[in-house]
Amino acid sequence: MNEWPLWEVFVRSQHGLAHQHAGSLHAPDAETALNNARDVYTRRNEGVSIWVVKSADITASSPSEKGPLFEPAASKPYRHPTFYEVPDEVKHL
Amino acid sequence: MTPDELFQDRIDRGIKIEPKDYMPEGYRKTLIRQISQHAHSEVVGQLPEGNWITRAPSLRRKAILLAKVQDEAGHGLYLYSAAETLGVSREQMIADLHSGKAKYSSIFNYPTLTWADIGAIGWLVDGAAIINQIALCRCSYGPYARAMVRICKEESFHQRQGYEILLTLCRGTKEQKAMAQDALNRWWWPSLMMFGPHDSESTHSEQSTKWKIKIVSNDALRQKFVDQTVPQGEYLGLTFPDPKLRWNAARGHYDFGEIDWDEFKNVIQGNGPCNRDRLRARIAAHEQGAWVREAALAYAKKHEKRAAA
Repeated sequence: MNEWPLWEVFVRSQHGLAHQHAGSLHAPDAETALNNARDVYTRRNEGVSIWVVKSADITASSPSEKGPLFEPAASKPYRHPTFYEVPDEVKHL
Repeated sequence: MTPDELFQDRIDRGIKIEPKDYMPEGYRKTLIRQISQHAHSEVVGQLPEGNWITRAPSLRRKAILLAKVQDEAGHGLYLYSAAETLGVSREQMIADLHSGKAKYSSIFNYPTLTWADIGAIGWLVDGAAIINQIALCRCSYGPYARAMVRICKEESFHQRQGYEILLTLCRGTKEQKAMAQDALNRWWWPSLMMFGPHDSESTHSEQSTKWKIKIVSNDALRQKFVDQTVPQGEYLGLTFPDPKLRWNAARGHYDFGEIDWDEFKNVIQGNGPCNRDRLRARIAAHEQGAWVREAALAYAKKHEKRAAA
């Protein structure tokens, strides 16, 4: 017997905020996935918009390559404002 | 450090484990067993309450009970999804439930004989579940912890609606209050059993605690439940069916009597009042829904083909 494919559900909680991953569910097609997502993840008005994406269509970075993948950013603290020395007397900077 | 030592180090530092991260086989297996058992409990837990949907005493109570039972279905789905991230399929988990290989919480093998039982389930059974689940929000496995946070947020209305049912009965006629007392008499001890065997008897406790799958011990959670529930019952004017129950000022906790562990084991082994009934209902629902699952898949495939053409 064939199992229904798995979908990842993303919900936008209110206007102005990005969609956030809410969870996953099984459904035979996109339309049913959307309807089921409404019943499973927004029973209390949690959302104003839902995205569903087949889990198989998501390409994810591998946890074991986390080190080399994010290494370029780790060595650049000067990208953060706290890196710079500013005298206390200087305001609005 | 070996992969297992690195893994333990992450847990000790409070870093969550995510689906694709390295994990020892025992950790994966323990979680699959625990999360799927938790999911099955949510799903089977719909049955005793579903028994009263058509007989709820008012439209208000009926709408509330429907919403609660629908929540239990949702909670089952969150948890099945969390378990699937560990590499077990939904079909396999459901097959294990139906074959009796996987367990669910024994509390759902007791019958709901009167309307007051719906109150007692919300107040006591959901109350006990919340105490257990609040602790699990800090569990080391990310998807399980996140599902717990979501469930805890939704579960609080379950407990309150149950208490409100009993409060209404206790403020009603003598017969109604007696019905509430009878429900407490039957549900109190099974609710205490929900926290599992004594710490000294619990088989998986030590390793699960080290892996932060278990955060607080069975006996500590049970004590917390007793401490917060007894004053609530006294407010209702009801009596707990335990002659040894009394406040111990020296300990700062309630003392209570010993659980009938023979009954506990007997129900787990399948000999509770409703074990066979519950499984029969689950299997029938699954089998009778097979044609719907197949038809929906056939429909989706047909449309996929048409769109491609």
